[in-house]
Amino acid sequence: MKDEVTREERIDNLKGMGCSRKRVEDARFTQGKGNYVDDIKLDGMLFGDFVRTPYAHARIVSINTEEAMKVPGVLAVLTAADLEPLGLHWMPTLAGDKQMVLADGKVLFQGQEVAFVVAEDRYAAADGIELVEVEYEELPVIVDPFEALQSDVVLREDLVGDGGTLPDGAHGPRKHHNHIFTWEAGDKDPTAEVIAEADVVAEESMYYHRTHPCPLETCGCVASMDKVNGKLTLWGTFQAPHAIRTVVSLISGIEEHNIRVISPDIGGGFGNKVGAYPGYVCSVVASIVTGKPVKWIEDRMDNLMTTAFARDYHMTGKIAATKEGKITALQCHVTADHGGFDACADPTKFPAGFMNICTGSYDIPTAYLEVDGVYTNKAPGGVSYRCSFRVTEAVYFIERMIEVLAIELNMDAAELRRINFIKKEQFPYKAALGWEYDSGDYHTAWDKALKAVDYDGLRAEQAQRVADFKAGKTRSLMGIGLSFFTEIVGAGPVKNCDILGLGMFDSCEIRIHPTGSAIARLGTISQGQGHATTFAQILASEIGLPADSITIEEGDTDTAPYGLGTYGSRSTPVAGAATAMAGRKIRAKAQMIAAYLLEVHDNDVEFDVDRFVVKGAPEQFKTMKEIAFAAYNQAIPGIEPGLEAVSYYDPPNMTYPFGAYVCVMDIDVDTGVPDIRRFYALDDCGTRINPMIIEGQVHGGLTEALAVSLGQEIAYDDMGNVKTGTLMDFFLPTAWEVPNYETDHTVTPSPHHPIGAKGVGESPHVGGVPCFSNAVQDAFRPFGNRHTNMPHDHWRIWKTAHDLGLHD
Amino acid sequence: MIPAAFAYYRPTDMAGVISLLQEHGDDARVMAGGHSLIPMMKLRMADVPHLIDLQAVGGLSGIAIGSGGIRIGAMVTQSEIIADDALSTAAPILREAALQIADPQVRNMGTVGGNVANGDPGNDMPGLMQCLDATFSLIGPDGVRDVPARDFYEAAYMTARGDEEVLTAVTIPLPAGGYAYEKQKRKIGDYATAAAAVQIVKDGDICTAASIAMTNLSDTPIFSEAAGAALIGTSVDDAALQAATDAMQGDIDPSEDNRGPVAFKKHVAGVILRRAIARAWSRA
Repeated sequence: MKDEVTREERIDNLKGMGCSRKRVEDARFTQGKGNYVDDIKLDGMLFGDFVRTPYAHARIVSINTEEAMKVPGVLAVLTAADLEPLGLHWMPTLAGDKQMVLADGKVLFQGQEVAFVVAEDRYAAADGIELVEVEYEELPVIVDPFEALQSDVVLREDLVGDGGTLPDGAHGPRKHHNHIFTWEAGDKDPTAEVIAEADVVAEESMYYHRTHPCPLETCGCVASMDKVNGKLTLWGTFQAPHAIRTVVSLISGIEEHNIRVISPDIGGGFGNKVGAYPGYVCSVVASIVTGKPVKWIEDRMDNLMTTAFARDYHMTGKIAATKEGKITALQCHVTADHGGFDACADPTKFPAGFMNICTGSYDIPTAYLEVDGVYTNKAPGGVSYRCSFRVTEAVYFIERMIEVLAIELNMDAAELRRINFIKKEQFPYKAALGWEYDSGDYHTAWDKALKAVDYDGLRAEQAQRVADFKAGKTRSLMGIGLSFFTEIVGAGPVKNCDILGLGMFDSCEIRIHPTGSAIARLGTISQGQGHATTFAQILASEIGLPADSITIEEGDTDTAPYGLGTYGSRSTPVAGAATAMAGRKIRAKAQMIAAYLLEVHDNDVEFDVDRFVVKGAPEQFKTMKEIAFAAYNQAIPGIEPGLEAVSYYDPPNMTYPFGAYVCVMDIDVDTGVPDIRRFYALDDCGTRINPMIIEGQVHGGLTEALAVSLGQEIAYDDMGNVKTGTLMDFFLPTAWEVPNYETDHTVTPSPHHPIGAKGVGESPHVGGVPCFSNAVQDAFRPFGNRHTNMPHDHWRIWKTAHDLGLHD
Repeated sequence: MIPAAFAYYRPTDMAGVISLLQEHGDDARVMAGGHSLIPMMKLRMADVPHLIDLQAVGGLSGIAIGSGGIRIGAMVTQSEIIADDALSTAAPILREAALQIADPQVRNMGTVGGNVANGDPGNDMPGLMQCLDATFSLIGPDGVRDVPARDFYEAAYMTARGDEEVLTAVTIPLPAGGYAYEKQKRKIGDYATAAAAVQIVKDGDICTAASIAMTNLSDTPIFSEAAGAALIGTSVDDAALQAATDAMQGDIDPSEDNRGPVAFKKHVAGVILRRAIARAWSRA
């Protein structure tokens, strides 16, 4: 039979890797047909919600639920006293600490959960909450971590031993009763020595403010305990459903096979939905107590004030260089404000995440990092908001230190970067703080970026603008923001990455149906990343069946293979690799079937797009569709029927995406209003699976970077009151505030990843934050600015201008 | 974010509204678009046991432009202000200001009457109406009365409107000369960091009339008569601009919030007013 379809057409028909395939998820999302947690409605379902403390630090004198119980529809009010007999009034955190589920004698941050009102609907619950009478005795409030380390006030009495002794924490000895851990990387004394003897040393302190991932959908769950069969089903906004199942089993004592966790459609996570929250535990308990399904859904204020925040890092750095600008050493100290409980979501051995990627994209021979975690009267968290564990903090730190060093050296910051980049031939590169960068070609990316924006032209224009400003011809300044970032994503190798002992591998299970379509299930869970689209594309290229014929399913622990979920840009590096590897197992079996059908030896056939062909005789072939059918209807000697595969992938290393960003900004000196004129983003995420989805991810990540750098914060007053608890004050950009983004790319495949992909979802956030910030700071550099802290909202930009005397 | 229980009324005439207000007194509030009141109820910061929706009450809509002035019914939405070409010709500052209020969805519901009657110092229309020397018509059990916008605001959320009165219309003398509504805000949907409404009349090179009001820089809108007076008789040169902004600074009393401290707000108020005057003057 003559094959009338060309090879190119066969490739196109697969819609495999490299194709800008339209997102298969969008049909339901754009028609309002998504199925989110709050869309789940079960017969007899109850609704639970929290009484929350208005005080940031107080003892609980009494809780009176009598009036609340009189509200029609209110069925129960749970307090810590009710949970204590079950051992559920506290729960373990992902960071090795423990956290109150409901206030046990005291509260440690404003908005902390005090009681759980269970009612027939959310309206009765809200009325019940109003009538729960809690008597508080206020305690001194500490919102500053430096004060916390000096204060006699003990925030966590449960962590102080008899006679005031300090037992070790989860990460070693503690220095003070409000101290959580010290974590080090690199070489302390050698770094100090190099800095002491260096030609030039730039020092700077910077505060990466507290902010919040603020996904459009808040956190929530529905717990349904079936008392007849003993099975608990838990639907929720979980970024890691299998880990949640294991944690629920460990803390509740319910055997893991009797727990089914389902993450339905999730409306954004950005790290906010990785950890376990009191709402989950209370819903489960309430369902066990009442025998009915119980739903808990945060409102926006609950979400901003109580579920996991991001950043809150006070960073101090020293960077040493020769007078020619070659960097010789880097030192960094972080005071990390973790709030009332240490509920960071990091791999267990990394209490400061991957902050030790803070040598960035530069060949820095000697470095030392020290991080001190501290308790304060603020909400717990410290999650990776659209970044791999603390990588945004690390990249912000180094990209600011580079700018400050450029000022110290009186040197162009683009050139300073260029002469310090790790060179292409140095990869794999062992960094001073421990990581082995898999691959990179920084100089090529940097040169391409600077050429694309006409960097020299921009600098000339900026110089003219400064001259015009000084001459009184304009009140506008121009900033050129540069950033070059290296991410560390795809956690991670089981040898050093685990969460509560669960290795951070991931998985894929594939079943090929007889008619040549397939279903693949993964241990990850999309929150908007488009997994159902891209993972089908990986498989299409690997197994030669069209992506349109492959269903991707995630999020149901009863059906999906075990995995650690989606965060830290780990889905493509880990589960994507598992998908490719499982696909290759399918292909290996298909090869044997094809050889049998073609009556040749296994080694005499080879894979070609969507078929196996006889080597040297391409007119003799069996398509994968034919092979799939044969797998189910022919008795083939020595081969089991069926065509299925599963792969658990333990990555040998992280992946290291990188990128070069440039922002051009005009700043109104008199009002502090910035106007982003241009934003150019070059990303190298290795092999590109779906360019359109990559571009969408870059747009989204940059927009969240714009938000964080230009105004988005969780601010507290001295009494521990959250000042930014609604979207009026918490900056969530709209289309109006967002500029046009220009995207570009280079391709440096990961040498250890089966398809060379590195992950991209978080890169634009990681690279974008310092880029926007550097643009603001660069505008004022000619007038003596060294560093000002984010967020660069109007008044802070105005203050920078004011402090530099530009309003005189 | 769930309000306490409340009774909802949807009377079809003003007599029904007034009788409900008389019956429930302090416990009742009328609602126009609901974009200020409903969020406050959801936060349980406003306790409104009896909520009276004005949507079905006749006689509160429509924009009428006559030789003597413009009458805008209380239930006219910001979107209707923006869409009305005749209004944009007669009083273009209304459209310029309305376009800077919130976002299109809010403007589809938010009304002129609700905006001016609520007494929120962050609202844009109160300052604008003071600039335009508008008059607010109120109806109550004792009949109808008119209150000048410049006399209406007493403190945040406190106005000359009695508990049993309803604001039914805004009447504006036909504005003359150049105009500008200049507003600095952090983002779409935000209240002003500072905003200025300016109407200015030019004869030859000389300013013959000027009216200036400021928004969100005190607990009420600020009509700065002195700032306007500082421009009259001048050619609106640098010295006049300085005198006007100095005069305005004497009238405002901003407080610190998440938008920034007092010094910043005062500085921005001056910058915004200068820009508003300059733009209005260029259009005069």
